[in-house]
Amino acid sequence: MKTNTTTGDGFNIEINGTVGTPFTDNAKMGSRNCDVFYADKQAIFDINLDIGKHEIIAMIGPSGCGKSTYLRVLNRMNDTIPICRVTGEHTLDDEDIYAKKMDPVLLRARVGMVFQKPNPFPKSIYDNVAYGARLHGLASNRSELDDLVEASLIKAGLFKEVKDDLQKSGTGLSGGQQQRLCIARAIAVDPEVILMDEPTSALDPIATALIEELMDELRQNYTIAIVTHSMQQAARVSQRTAYFHMGKLVEVNATDKVFTNPEHQLTENYITGRFG
Amino acid sequence: MELGEHISQRYNQELEDIRSKVLKMGGLVEAQAENGVKALLQRDAELAENVATADDKINALEVEIDEDCVQVIALRQPTASDLRLVFAVGKVITDLERLGDEAAKIGKYSKKLAKKKTITGMHAELSHLSELALSLLHDSLDAFARLDDERAVQLLAKNDKINREFNALSRILITHMMENPRNIKNALRISWCARSLERIGRYSINICEHVVYLVKGKDIRHTDLDEVLAELFPDDDL
Repeated sequence: MKTNTTTGDGFNIEINGTVGTPFTDNAKMGSRNCDVFYADKQAIFDINLDIGKHEIIAMIGPSGCGKSTYLRVLNRMNDTIPICRVTGEHTLDDEDIYAKKMDPVLLRARVGMVFQKPNPFPKSIYDNVAYGARLHGLASNRSELDDLVEASLIKAGLFKEVKDDLQKSGTGLSGGQQQRLCIARAIAVDPEVILMDEPTSALDPIATALIEELMDELRQNYTIAIVTHSMQQAARVSQRTAYFHMGKLVEVNATDKVFTNPEHQLTENYITGRFG
Repeated sequence: MELGEHISQRYNQELEDIRSKVLKMGGLVEAQAENGVKALLQRDAELAENVATADDKINALEVEIDEDCVQVIALRQPTASDLRLVFAVGKVITDLERLGDEAAKIGKYSKKLAKKKTITGMHAELSHLSELALSLLHDSLDAFARLDDERAVQLLAKNDKINREFNALSRILITHMMENPRNIKNALRISWCARSLERIGRYSINICEHVVYLVKGKDIRHTDLDEVLAELFPDDDL
């Protein structure tokens, strides 16, 4: 597919497929020929991408470029929007996630999500973390559930701060703590992939650093895709970076390559602040 | 390589200022090298004295540009071509400062040589070596100013020529010294000038390598020229 795009500079730059290395040989998730429509309006055009096991892939691009829409394709969050239509093939461990027999609730347990604004349930810290485990019947008794809650809070780097307040409301925590609580909640159902949609954009630099450090640890056990507006964050946390532009996937490359010597002119313009 | 403007006008201006300061520094270095060679070949003691003592402006610019680069890295977090520009500039100005030192050394020895009886038969060789070194310096600065990576790669091959010329000159000097030990002092001075000219060539080559890094994002230092050509310009006949 060939398309011309006019940039702020007024000259035409061609997007002709995706440059770089969109495919990996250890794919945890993958998409082929992905289009997304909101009613008649096409939001995403022919995206082909693999997300490798135990990698953090960062998705960057200007507002409205389709990066969040694409992230939501990966755990069928778009199903909840009636006018939204997703096409193409999408797999988790070679399993078709849009197959009829795939239960979206179970899928979302395997592919968890952390949102921009921390959204703990108006329940105790304990119940927030235990919620998914109860729903999916992951613990057979109270003591197992206690262990699971504690382990999840430890993994999310929150346990030390809240261990004496587990019965207090989750909404009473600070923004950064709430976000780590949401990560603990996502981890509690033992997901394989964690999707993060601008998880630190509402947090201060210290809380952001804690989450980024946490992501690096989580990578040992999970695969992470993060959408972020902070290019420095993408540079800090990810191994590969995907640049989206007007619904198309322009470039996917190793993060160090993208930030020192990107292949596509549009990527270069965006990350150097030349995007008009 | 052509780049558009940043959204931030001030950022544009900061990078542009750095670039123009480097060009200014390059201009000063070139003038110093030209004057050094002129003093050497025309046995001009006064000019030689000037060259020997006039590299403080170059040194001050090196410090100033270094500070500017640190500022941009700290405040703008440059990426991609901007990052490569700042990094390449940091290296180019180190080479420019060394080039300035070599020019000053030529001035220093020329001052002594201007008062001595010339060693016969040296002038043509020195003049030829100077010409090669100065033109390489000029062309490498030009390639930097135009961000012309093809030209920079073409210039890499000229280093061999300068080395050959330097070796030939060294052999002649050795002969002179063996013929008459009273020639040794002056022959050594000429040899040091020749050495400085050879260094001017080498530092100019370094600048060419930084230009290729800046434009292509490839580090070609310590790489065989044929490999560089095959990788960067597979279709061109450079």
